[in-house]
Amino acid sequence: MKQRLLTAVNALVVFAALLVLWQIVLWVFRVPPYMLPTPYAVAKAVHTRLPTLLNSLAITAEESAGGLAASIAVGVVIALVFAQSRWVRKMFYPYTLLLQTVPIIAVAPLILMWVGAGEPAVTLIAFIISLAPIIANTTQGLISVDENLVHLFLMHSASRAQLLFKLRLPHAVPSLFVGIRIASGIAVIGAVTGELYAGSSQVGVGGLGYSILYAWSQLQTDYLFALVFATTVLGFCFFFLVMFMEWYFLHRWHESARVPEAE
Amino acid sequence: MNPAPEIRNDVPQIEIAGVTKSYGNGPAVLQSLDLTVCREEFVSIISPSGCGKSTILKLISGLTAPTSGTIRVEGMTPQNARETVSYVFQEATLLPWRTVTANIGLSLELEGVASDRRKKTIASLLALVGLNHVAGAYPRELSGGMKMRVSIARALATSPRLLLLDEPFAALDEMSRDRLNEEILRLRSEQKWAAVFVTHSVAEAAFLSDRIVVLAPNPGRIHAVFPVDLPSPRVAALRTSPEFDALVSRVSHALRETLAA
Ligand SMILES: Nc1ncnc2c1ncn2[C@@H]1O[C@H](COP(=O)(O)OP(=O)(O)OP(=O)(O)O)[C@@H](O)[C@H]1O
Ligand SMILES: [Mg+2]
Repeated sequence: MKQRLLTAVNALVVFAALLVLWQIVLWVFRVPPYMLPTPYAVAKAVHTRLPTLLNSLAITAEESAGGLAASIAVGVVIALVFAQSRWVRKMFYPYTLLLQTVPIIAVAPLILMWVGAGEPAVTLIAFIISLAPIIANTTQGLISVDENLVHLFLMHSASRAQLLFKLRLPHAVPSLFVGIRIASGIAVIGAVTGELYAGSSQVGVGGLGYSILYAWSQLQTDYLFALVFATTVLGFCFFFLVMFMEWYFLHRWHESARVPEAE
Repeated sequence: MNPAPEIRNDVPQIEIAGVTKSYGNGPAVLQSLDLTVCREEFVSIISPSGCGKSTILKLISGLTAPTSGTIRVEGMTPQNARETVSYVFQEATLLPWRTVTANIGLSLELEGVASDRRKKTIASLLALVGLNHVAGAYPRELSGGMKMRVSIARALATSPRLLLLDEPFAALDEMSRDRLNEEILRLRSEQKWAAVFVTHSVAEAAFLSDRIVVLAPNPGRIHAVFPVDLPSPRVAALRTSPEFDALVSRVSHALRETLAA
């Protein structure tokens, strides 16, 4: 507990030091405010436009969460299918790699064309971009079960369903969480990137990515900074939420999720 | 020279006749193996590494099929006889996400035993292997010896008539191993199963068995069979008796011969 408090204090000290450095750079190099606003101006922008900012944050959070939830649901189902036979894996696994390597920026216009601008399109982009790590990690977890455990199940005449749901699936949960951790970061990036393209169906109102473009076009650099800051906070929130869920589900039995008792 | 071994029953539990086994197109791992294990008999198999000991257990349990020859367990094919057989692996192979109780219940659960009957069996097994105080613990909270006890309790839960044990105590320190050996004998005197026990330890084999089979390598085949005529019930003090020493040195000698050949 004391350790973690110390970590938090350290982080805050570093943050304060960065703010000071930022202010010094402004004074020394006389940077015009439309290039780099003062920390105070950014704080003021956050304060005066808080409702709009929170609205954008909520939109992007919803899109990322929706995309992530969909990729978890679909990814686990695909992984379950992959775990059934080596043949299926050989045939379809390369395509999941494709999913990972295709630049989403290149596909975004197509999605826009098919789905139309707005939140569904952005959610779809967040889903596509975060799917691959879920599939890859869950499949790995499902098939890397100790052979002796499989033999044990066979000795007691386990059915295919029992093997899957009482052995492979629980065994894959830690790997699934590794996948979710990676995917959660990508989903937020995907949503913000998606918004740059398929941002909003309503001028001036949209998620963080859309608002970043908009603030940029208006040269509202202080608000632009506030938006970037909000994007980072969103990413952090996702990360910590996933970490907490991982801890909650795994700490009783899994080594990796254990909080060290004494250091 | 030796008096006939005292076998409680001469009905065969396992009959292995002329079994040869090779994996894929590889060389024979086992060559024309003949071995009969009687009901309630405890047979140990000992050999240098890689002679096919684990393969024999896998054949008896039907997890792999012989290349030629026949195997019968209670007169049935190994696959059909599975519900009379339990397997104990070298590592405890517990499910880390299940508590001790739920791990012991696994075999019954898989075989579709109703939950109230399962609970009764688990409770009596917990007491039998002395794990009542850790019933709700997860495997990572247990010592190696405790994990092995859970594994044995799980194997006994289905009331098997044949137990296959593949170096179950190899990873344990000598003291835990001796304790568990004594426990195995006690459990067996209560439950009367037959056992095929694979080990690298001559002393362990001598302490537990009615018969010791020594395998020779390349390909795996029976080199010598030693009936064990030590007094029963076997108690810890037996390990320091001259008869015990004599047996151990005879088996060790045979084991060395297999390496020289
Ligand atoms: N699934 C398998 N596929 C191919 N070869 C195998 C397989 N299992 C075992 N073998 C081979 O069969 C031989 C005997 O293996 P086995 O595990 O039965 O020996 P063992 O006597 O149990 O050895 P150890 O004392 O090291 O446990 C070895 O040469 C091994 O490489
Ligand atoms: Mg072996």
